[in-house]
Amino acid sequence: MAPDAPILAAEQVSLRFGGVRALTDVSFEIRRGEVFSIIGPNGAGKTSMVNCISGRYRPTAGRIRFDGEDITRLPTRKRAAIGIGRTFQNLALFGHMTVLDNIMVGRHHLMRHGFLSGMAYWLGGAQREEIAHRREVEEIIDFLEIQHVRKAPAGTLSYGLRKRVELARAIALRPKLILLDEPMAGMNLEEKEDMARYILDLNEEWGMTVLMIEHDMGVVMDISHRVMVLDFGKKIAEGAPDAVLADPHVRRAYLGEADEVVSEPEEALAP
Amino acid sequence: MDLAPAGDYRSSYREDMTIFPTRNSRIAMWLGLALLCAAPLVLGRYELGLLINIGTLGIAALGLNILVGFTGQISIGHAAFFGFGAFASAWLHERWHIPVALCIPLAGAMTALVGLVFGAPAGRLKGLYLAIATLAAQFILEDFFARAQWFTGGVAGRITEPFALGSWVADREETYLYVVIAYVVVMYAAAANLMRTRDGRALVAVRDHYLSAEVMGINLAYYRTLSFGIASLYAGIGGALYAHYLLFVSVEAFNILFSIQFLGMVIIGGLGSVMGSLMGAAFMVLLPELVQAGADALSGSAIDRVLKLGASISFLREMAVGAAIILFLIFEPDGLAHRWRLIKAYWKLYPYSH
Repeated sequence: MAPDAPILAAEQVSLRFGGVRALTDVSFEIRRGEVFSIIGPNGAGKTSMVNCISGRYRPTAGRIRFDGEDITRLPTRKRAAIGIGRTFQNLALFGHMTVLDNIMVGRHHLMRHGFLSGMAYWLGGAQREEIAHRREVEEIIDFLEIQHVRKAPAGTLSYGLRKRVELARAIALRPKLILLDEPMAGMNLEEKEDMARYILDLNEEWGMTVLMIEHDMGVVMDISHRVMVLDFGKKIAEGAPDAVLADPHVRRAYLGEADEVVSEPEEALAP
Repeated sequence: MDLAPAGDYRSSYREDMTIFPTRNSRIAMWLGLALLCAAPLVLGRYELGLLINIGTLGIAALGLNILVGFTGQISIGHAAFFGFGAFASAWLHERWHIPVALCIPLAGAMTALVGLVFGAPAGRLKGLYLAIATLAAQFILEDFFARAQWFTGGVAGRITEPFALGSWVADREETYLYVVIAYVVVMYAAAANLMRTRDGRALVAVRDHYLSAEVMGINLAYYRTLSFGIASLYAGIGGALYAHYLLFVSVEAFNILFSIQFLGMVIIGGLGSVMGSLMGAAFMVLLPELVQAGADALSGSAIDRVLKLGASISFLREMAVGAAIILFLIFEPDGLAHRWRLIKAYWKLYPYSH
């Protein structure tokens, strides 16, 4: 595999629910090591696209390749092992488990002790395995600065913290491609800045390719290498952030009138 | 005496993952075990019998708690698996002349296999539909007990042999109690270990959010079925221990009411709590005794003469159990285990309230 081959390639992906066309012939490629964002108005099919990649939905037509492999029909649970991790738009943590256990679940596919050797904790090496993975998890906890809530049940945390724990759990999978569905929705400016920093670190230091859906234009324009715009399930633009913003289709379909297009990102960026 | 740590004093991950978090809680555990082992010195046969019942039912209740409390499934056929374990152990001994000490774990394994078969629909069904599927398991197994004479002895039931290890025969409460204690310790430690390792977390993940569990690489159908297997393993071992205590197993004992009682135990004890299962079993065994003791204390008094307590005592015992379940659902839905945690927290902070 050539190093510059795309990590993910969607080829003419369509998704229909009865008469509703959620996606129509969407094709794009995500290059290894980039931050790729999907933007678009509500109901444009952004989350549907991410669901197709993570296995929640099966495309009605078209193909999705990951690392050169056709994963269109691969069961969801097998996608963690090949290197796809994701977070959800509406929080999807294991509410009654501690933060630590939530993140440990992310290590599931990297561990091998089953229920019998787990029951015989001290005998079969399950304890050793737990400790080894605990070390990895603590590294992620340090990175995301959630040490203080390590033992708290995830369901009791504030919204911003829960978003962070969900990111931690996805990182624990050690994915090659991480799908972030609105990582900054409902956050205040400070939390958004933190989250943007984490995403950049993930990309640059941990070497993960990032696919992000986000409504905050400031963030999207700031940290993405490339942006794709969906509208009514169709791709209307793709390219570098500035080029996409300048695209007349995008202005009309998504960002509204010309004035707003220019002023909105700057407003969002203002301290 | 601190049973819960007042702060974070641990310096290794290994210490951080222990079941009993402080030295005092470990001492309390060993003291409790020592007291139980000394019980035959002070308690009579009847009371020891109650302890044995708590142990055998507690093991089976733990299995149901793993299924209902930890994995979020439902089963209203648990007593049938309990019964299957009892008959399997008796049959293994009589038909194949396997020593009773080996029959008990083997019966557990057999029951686990049967549980996996009946648990297979759990991979696809949820909620009410699954409840009905397990109800079918209850009726199918009950019918099987009544008809499979080769296995259960039919309506006549089956006589079982006492537990023996070499020349040591546990045919009385005073000795059999030790067998039950040993099994309780092993089975409860195994469950506590399971819940702090990979597959235990996967079970809880399936309960809390199955969609994201799948994204984490967890095979939903596998773990839903596995939890039935584990629950049946515990039911089978509990049933086998029960069989070799009573020395007789009858077909009628393992009906749906008994299954509901198991559900009552895990609700009262605390869904999703390992130790809660034992507390629930103890509560269910001791509550009727308490009612009995109360009625005995009142006998001859004016209240007894008006209400005729003596004549209706058997109803009162049943009604107390039903009332207890309702009261727990309303006032303490998290069960005795939660109450116990609150008490520990209270003592840790005393005299402050926060």
